[in-house]
Amino acid sequence: MDSKPTNNAQNDLVDFTLFFADSSLIMGHRLSEWTGHGPMLEQDIAITNIALDLIGQARNFYQYAAELITNQKDKKITEDDLAYLRDAHEFKNLLITELPNEDWAKTIGKVFFFSTWQFYFYQKLIYSSDKQLAAIAEKSLKEVTYHVKWSSDWIIRLGDGTEESKKTIEKAIEDLWPYTGEMFVPADFEADVKNSVFVDVSSIKNDWLEKVNSVFKEGTLAVPGESWMQSGGKNGIHTEHLGYILAEMQFMQRAYPGLEW
Amino acid sequence: MDEAKELERFDDKIEQEIRIEPKDWMPDDYRKMLIRQISQHAHSEIVGMLPEANWITRAPSLRRKATLLAKVQDEAGHGLYLYCAAETLNISREEMVDQLLSGRAKYSSIFNYPTLSWADIGAIGWLVDGAAIMNQVPLCRASYGPYARAMVRICKEESFHQRQGYEILLTLCRGSEEQKAMAQDALNRWWWPSLMMFGPNDDASSHTAQSMKWKIKRFSNDELRQKFVDVCKEQADILGITIPDPDLKWNEESGHYDFGKINWDEFWNVIKGNGPCNKERLQARIESHEEGAWVREAALAYAEKKKKSELVGSPSN
Repeated sequence: MDSKPTNNAQNDLVDFTLFFADSSLIMGHRLSEWTGHGPMLEQDIAITNIALDLIGQARNFYQYAAELITNQKDKKITEDDLAYLRDAHEFKNLLITELPNEDWAKTIGKVFFFSTWQFYFYQKLIYSSDKQLAAIAEKSLKEVTYHVKWSSDWIIRLGDGTEESKKTIEKAIEDLWPYTGEMFVPADFEADVKNSVFVDVSSIKNDWLEKVNSVFKEGTLAVPGESWMQSGGKNGIHTEHLGYILAEMQFMQRAYPGLEW
Repeated sequence: MDEAKELERFDDKIEQEIRIEPKDWMPDDYRKMLIRQISQHAHSEIVGMLPEANWITRAPSLRRKATLLAKVQDEAGHGLYLYCAAETLNISREEMVDQLLSGRAKYSSIFNYPTLSWADIGAIGWLVDGAAIMNQVPLCRASYGPYARAMVRICKEESFHQRQGYEILLTLCRGSEEQKAMAQDALNRWWWPSLMMFGPNDDASSHTAQSMKWKIKRFSNDELRQKFVDVCKEQADILGITIPDPDLKWNEESGHYDFGKINWDEFWNVIKGNGPCNKERLQARIESHEEGAWVREAALAYAEKKKKSELVGSPSN
C-alpha cells in the first residue's frame, strides 16, 4: 500500500480478514464432522477434501491477520491465538457456516450457497490493492471453483433424483434461504475498506442469484422469493450453535493454555 | 486344461514369484483367503477412521487439525483401493459392506479401543500405523498382483502417518509435565492392543501356514511382533516414556527384546465383540449406511434419468 493506513483503517482490514478466516474455518470445521460418516466412501473423501481446503484458506487469512495485529500491537499473535482464543462475539463468520449439518441435503445446500458467494467475492478480491488478500483469494479460487461445481452437481442430483431427495433438498433450501441475505449486506468494516483495499462487490448479489437460478432450474427446483433475512454474523451476533462449536474446537487450548502442540 | 494341471501351473507361478492376476486361474481357497484378508483390511481402514475422526473437531491447533483431516481422508482412500482390489476377485463392494455391517466380516480389533486424549492420535500414528506398516510392507510382495500394488501405495502413506504420529508424541514429550503425562497415558493404553494387532501366536494362528505357502504372508505373526517390539523400545526411549511391560528387557543371546505375556483373553473378547467400542463403531457404520441410503438412491435415479435422456436425445443426424 502506498500510504500508511490509519489505525482505524488497519482495524477494519484486520476485521475484514478475520471475517474470511472465521467464515472458512467454521464452515470447514462443520464439514469435517462428516469425515468417517459420509453417505458413500467417495463422497466422504470429497467432503473431507472441501473441509481441508477451507481450513487451509482459513489458515492463510488468519496468518495474515496475525501478522497485521502483531505489527500493530507489537505483541506476537499467531493463527492459533485467533482461532482458539477468541469468544463467540468476536467471531465474524457468516451465520450459514455455523448451522448444523443435519443431513446430506442441508450440508449440500450450505456448501452451495456459501461456495458460490465465496466464488464471486474472491473473483473481486483478486483485484484488491492489498496484495496479500489478492494472493489468498487467487489461491483459494481454484479450490472454490471445484466446491461450487461439486455442490451444484449434488443440488441437481438431489433435486432431480427421487421424490424423497427432492423433498429433502427443498426443505433444506427453505431452511437455509434466510441465511443467504447477510452475505450481501456489507458490515461497517467492509464498507470502510472498500476504497483502501477492496473493489466494489455490489454486483455479486446478482451474479450469485443468477448462478442459483441456473443450478436450481437444472435441478427442477424453485428459487425462494423475497423473505426476511437473518443477520448478525459479521458483527459477532451469532446463532446458539457457535458457542458449542467453539466449546469443542477450543477445548484443548482452553484446558491447557499456552502450550505447543 | 484340467484342474490338476491348472493347479500345477498356479503352484509353479507361486514358486517362481510370478504374480497372480485377476484373470488367472486360482484355487478357490486362495481366492477366499484373499477376499477375507483384503476385505478385512479395507473394513479396518474404514472403521479406523472413526477413532481418529473423534479428534478432528478438537485438534489443538489449526496445523494439527488440517493434518489429521488429511490423514483420515487417506484412510478412506486406502479403503477405496482395497475394496477395488477385492472386487477383482469377483465380490462386489455392496457384498463386502453388507458383511461388515451384519457382523460377519471382521476388522482390526485395535479400532475397538477409544481415543480418550489428543495424545491417542499420536499413539495411533506411532504404534497402530507402525504395526500396520510392519504387517503390510511384506504384503507389497504378496503373490496376488492387485493386492500387492495397492499395498505399495498404502505403505508409502502409512509411513508418512507413522512419522506424523511420532512427531505428535515428541512434541508432547518435550512439552509440559501434563503433556508428557498425556503421552505416557496413551502409551499405557495402546501398547498391548498394538502388540495384539499381529494376531495370535504362530501355534494358534489358523491361517498363517497356508497363507505363507501361497506367499500372501511372508513372515509369521510372532516374527513381525518381535520386530515391532525391538523398534518401538528404542523409539520410546527417545521419547522418554516407558513401555508398560515390566518384563521388557534386552536379551543378549537372542539379540532381541524379551517381552511379557499378552492377555489373549482380552484379545479374543474384543474380537468377539466385547471391546470398549465394538458396538459404537459398528453402529456408526450402520447409521452412515442407512442415513445415506436415500442419497445413494437419488444419485442412482438421477444417473439413470440422464442416461435415458441422452439415449433419447442421441443424435441421429
